[in-house]
Amino acid sequence: MTTTYGVLSEGLEKRFGEVHALRGLDLAVAEGTVCGVLGPNGAGKTTAVRLLTTLARPDAGSARIAGHDLLREAAAVRRRIGVTGQDTSIDGDLTGRENLRLFARLHRVGGAAGRAAELLERFGLTEAADRPASGWSGGMRRRLDLAASLIRRPEVLFLDEPTTGLDPASRNLIWEAVRELAGGGATVLLTTQYLEEADRLADDIALVDRGRVAHTGSPAELKALVGAHAEVVVADAEALVAAAGVLDRLTGAQPSLDRERNAVGAVTKDPTLTLPHLVRTLDAAGVPLLDASLRPPTLDDVFLRLTGGSGPRHPLDDKERAA
Amino acid sequence: MSTLAYDGTAMLGRQLRRMRNNPGLLVLTQTMPVSMLLFFGYVFGSALAVPGAEYRSFLVPGLLVATAAGGVMTGMFQSAQDVHRGVTDRFRTLPVSRAAVPVGQAAADVLVTAAGTVPFLLVGLAVGWRVEGGALAAVGAVALLLLFRFACVWIGMYLGLLTRNEEAAGQLGGATFLLPLLSSAYIPTAGLPDGLRTVAEWNPISAVATALRDLFGNAPVPDGAAWPVAHPVAGSLGWCAVLLVVFVPLAVRQYGRGRG
Repeated sequence: MTTTYGVLSEGLEKRFGEVHALRGLDLAVAEGTVCGVLGPNGAGKTTAVRLLTTLARPDAGSARIAGHDLLREAAAVRRRIGVTGQDTSIDGDLTGRENLRLFARLHRVGGAAGRAAELLERFGLTEAADRPASGWSGGMRRRLDLAASLIRRPEVLFLDEPTTGLDPASRNLIWEAVRELAGGGATVLLTTQYLEEADRLADDIALVDRGRVAHTGSPAELKALVGAHAEVVVADAEALVAAAGVLDRLTGAQPSLDRERNAVGAVTKDPTLTLPHLVRTLDAAGVPLLDASLRPPTLDDVFLRLTGGSGPRHPLDDKERAA
Repeated sequence: MSTLAYDGTAMLGRQLRRMRNNPGLLVLTQTMPVSMLLFFGYVFGSALAVPGAEYRSFLVPGLLVATAAGGVMTGMFQSAQDVHRGVTDRFRTLPVSRAAVPVGQAAADVLVTAAGTVPFLLVGLAVGWRVEGGALAAVGAVALLLLFRFACVWIGMYLGLLTRNEEAAGQLGGATFLLPLLSSAYIPTAGLPDGLRTVAEWNPISAVATALRDLFGNAPVPDGAAWPVAHPVAGSLGWCAVLLVVFVPLAVRQYGRGRG
């Protein structure tokens, strides 16, 4: 059986003056799956979405969206996609209901009023529906934005950092909608800086760094690539050396010592290494343990490892830098 | 073409709803010409003598045209606002005719201008302005006015799509208030020094203002003026044709192009 792709791009390039935003982006998102495009600010995520949604033209490369050529069949592509950008793009001078009715009409959706009411209800916006959207909260506006993208039940949905800065309730509503849409057979491409978000929603993750896909794989595959992180805390410096020896033997990796906390950590790619085994081995070696953990790698670890540490370890870092 | 008509109508509906929900700009653009009529009419009117006409009768058509030229400002502001707020991008990802958004916006603007002309002319009647020519010519005057407005909105939309910035468009838009000052909208150009007179008479506003005065029968066509003013109706139609031929394709192309 051949795979059909919701999104298939080859060698997409885009320059803005001196800035080389994309340097040959290859993406393959199988139909009906959710692909998380993960990368730090400036990695090219937004540019990729703008090219793939016909908002900007690539300087080189090609792409097919839902089987249609991005450049030669732009109109056919537009009929099949939904887009929610990083900034809300609804008309603040119109009410929520007027916004959705307008988009339904432009999408040639029959029964525009009914579809608008249904989506308003679905995203918990019925109460505010008849007030101008400019007065709504950020979370409500973002939900309306997503509702507008779902008007026609798109074959491919593009979401550019859909939950950045959102309250948990709005975030959950958006996550639910993404899962439901994917469950119904649609392809979803979502960019995010939130590693947790990609982990929860995506079937596959494309790690983007400096305008290229640095790595792809399922969240589990990417984690296996990096390995689990074992950490042991002991009482004193002497025990620390003994513990490091045991970890070295078990993992085959160079342990890193934290002398202030008397902690030693090491990365293991051995899937048979379990916490009980680790504890028993240390105990048998006579190491006085205070604490031991075997933590599966987070996507933060994956990120740090696979992109050579250029990205933020955690989205919070980014906010702190911006502040 | 039917897609353009359908999408254009939807966009027209959007513009009208926008103005209903947020009437600030509308109120400003409607009350401004009325207050200018009263202010100019009674302040300048007492100091200015216009050959062959009452100043206030001369001023009413001039203000109509100056207000229509304000279409550059409103077109620019609304387009820049849409780009700035991401609304343009949303429309550009929809299967919508490329020309529908600007066409709908221009059509809505002309409708609102037409409606706004009524209260303004009522105030005009109150201060002494009259239709002094034939009824058909008067209808022609209004049609010409709306055509000029339509052309001005296209200039504005192109500039708005180009600036892409609400604030910059607002400031640049303020500068459009200067355009009628160097035309025959408020004063006869005959008294201007030669160089200025030439510039003023080649200002499209002068041709249209003179055409309206001629069609309404408010003031005669001045002697010895530049061609577009000496032949005001043909001159006005020519100006509108030139502006539309230049700015409609530019605006549609700029809309389709987006941010690159």
